[in-house]
Amino acid sequence: MFQGKNGKPDIKYIKEKAMAIRKDILEMLNAAGSGHPGGSLSAADFFAALYFAELRHDPKNPKWPDRDRVFLSKGHACPVLYAALAESGYFPVPELLTLRKLHSRLQGHPHMLKTPGIEISAGSLGQGLGIANGTAIGLKMDGSDSRVFCVMGDGELQEGSVWEAIMTSSHRKLDNLVAWVDYNNLQIDGKVEDVKGIAPLAEKFKAFNWHVIEIDGHSIEETLKAFKEARETKGKPTMIVAKTEKGRGVCFMENKPEWHGVVPNKEQLEEALKGLCVIEGPSKSQIENADA
Amino acid sequence: MIAVPEMKLTREALADSLVRLGKINKNIVVLDADLAKSTLTNKFAKEYPDRFFDMGIAEQDVIATAAGLALTGKIPFCATYGVFLPGRCWDQIRVSICYANLNVKLIAAHGGVSVGADGATHQALEDIAMLRAIPNIVLLMPADAIEMAKAADAVLKHVGPVCIRMGREKVPVITKPEDKFEIGIANVLLEGSDVTLIGQGSLILYECLLAAEELKKKGISARVVNMHTSKPIDGKCIDKAALETGAIVTAEEHQVIGGMGSAVAEHCAKSIPTPIEFIGVQDRFGESGTPKELFEEFGLSAKFIIRAAEKAISRKRKK
Ligand SMILES: Cc1ncc(C[n+]2csc(CCOP(=O)(O)OP(=O)(O)O)c2C)c(N)n1
Ligand SMILES: [Mg+2]
Repeated sequence: MFQGKNGKPDIKYIKEKAMAIRKDILEMLNAAGSGHPGGSLSAADFFAALYFAELRHDPKNPKWPDRDRVFLSKGHACPVLYAALAESGYFPVPELLTLRKLHSRLQGHPHMLKTPGIEISAGSLGQGLGIANGTAIGLKMDGSDSRVFCVMGDGELQEGSVWEAIMTSSHRKLDNLVAWVDYNNLQIDGKVEDVKGIAPLAEKFKAFNWHVIEIDGHSIEETLKAFKEARETKGKPTMIVAKTEKGRGVCFMENKPEWHGVVPNKEQLEEALKGLCVIEGPSKSQIENADA
Repeated sequence: MIAVPEMKLTREALADSLVRLGKINKNIVVLDADLAKSTLTNKFAKEYPDRFFDMGIAEQDVIATAAGLALTGKIPFCATYGVFLPGRCWDQIRVSICYANLNVKLIAAHGGVSVGADGATHQALEDIAMLRAIPNIVLLMPADAIEMAKAADAVLKHVGPVCIRMGREKVPVITKPEDKFEIGIANVLLEGSDVTLIGQGSLILYECLLAAEELKKKGISARVVNMHTSKPIDGKCIDKAALETGAIVTAEEHQVIGGMGSAVAEHCAKSIPTPIEFIGVQDRFGESGTPKELFEEFGLSAKFIIRAAEKAISRKRKK
């Protein structure tokens, strides 16, 4: 059983799933009392599109050899991944409320030996793309047509190890690899461009010989189009530079660095859930973000 | 007098073993970081170019890539100098390899001051200390070329992370083909009853054997143990040494802080408290020089081991 590219993707369904994922994120973080909402919410639309339209996977058989792999390199955003996994059926949705509790399968940062569907242990930034390369190489050696998706933060790109890996992916022509950068222009200490700028990003990746697609990371349509383009790209790895907004979907969290690692209390949770709705098009702060 | 033994490279023994094992096990892949001519993984590269990956001068990328390859069932062996591995990629080893308990093998070349003229930046003296604190990893330094070949088989059989430490120089062949090699089980090279000299790597173990011979002339019976595994440390062998000889000297080409000697001391302290003297690098950086000069400069040769043995014996509790 797998959802995906054989059938036509149902945009409305994906958007509902993105909503459900956002709700799960907020509820599990509230229950946990700590964790990272901002970078989880900014990737919610991507994860909905990935898990409910693109990925070849079987939630009842997480170790299926022919599955596509999802590597969350920015491990702190694991609530979005846990939510996508639960909504897909890897484990029951109520289990999300055990996040960060003693003996829970849902560790504060993801651990591949504990949670079904988690492919790598992460939490120390800058390692996921290198691991994705190794798996992409291994899959090619085995003649497999499975693909590897790697999710990175924009602040994470300040890690030198990421650029070692970026060179490896293109040098080895890993066209079974898709990297997605959550270009929300925020990290813990403030704006990425203020802390240590990474622009112009697309040009950098192009210069490193990647196939680069720039999209609005909250547009399901653009995300699906980018997936298709990545699938059809041969001889090069694909980098999707997704302009996003940290905290997306919760008015009082949007584009606020404070909400990187602070969770909503009971009142804030209620307010956030009330305000959640299917958001169309870029928000105002996102347009400013894109110009930055 | 101990016969002057044959001198051989352990790194060549490992490289040849990888070629041998690579033929039987097609999952073996080898990664290097622009030092294949020195680690001698170029032998594997020549034989199996499709299973060799030169990752360039990018040690963190070597480890991350190896983790990814291990996830697809490959058995990566990653080689570079011990100063860079774990020095440059400790966090990758900790999170991506050991936390995930992946079947990745690390080869830390150029361990010890015997690296020689290249000096401090190239002499790995802290690698065991850095790795020993990480759960799930096994740490080996096979004594000589013969033992290295056996260790390679054992490492392949063991599922999980292992680091193989080795020196740059040719070292005396002191083990025999018929000797058993088992991860975590030390080998007694010489029986004795007054003190136990626990060494690692045949360069320094040979000094231990020379020291034992001199001590014998003074009426002191020294046991010599080849402690090829720093982790897990062989507690049974240490307990036996403590009970039967009552004094211990550890000898290694590594800082005395956090190395094999520390592992021995940690075990003794909670099992059978015993006087221990530590031969090794005493909390300072390496130097340029010939290996022989450096063994004198850093107090690693037989005469220092003899002194340490006498001191350890003098510290035994009076019955
Ligand atoms: C190697 C490492 N250094 C520092 C941290 C602490 N840290 C956690 S999240 C974060 C900011 C990440 O920013 P970004 O990559 O932009 O993620 P996002 O905005 O998507 O949350 C930092 C510095 C870490 N987890 N790993
Ligand atoms: Mg960011």
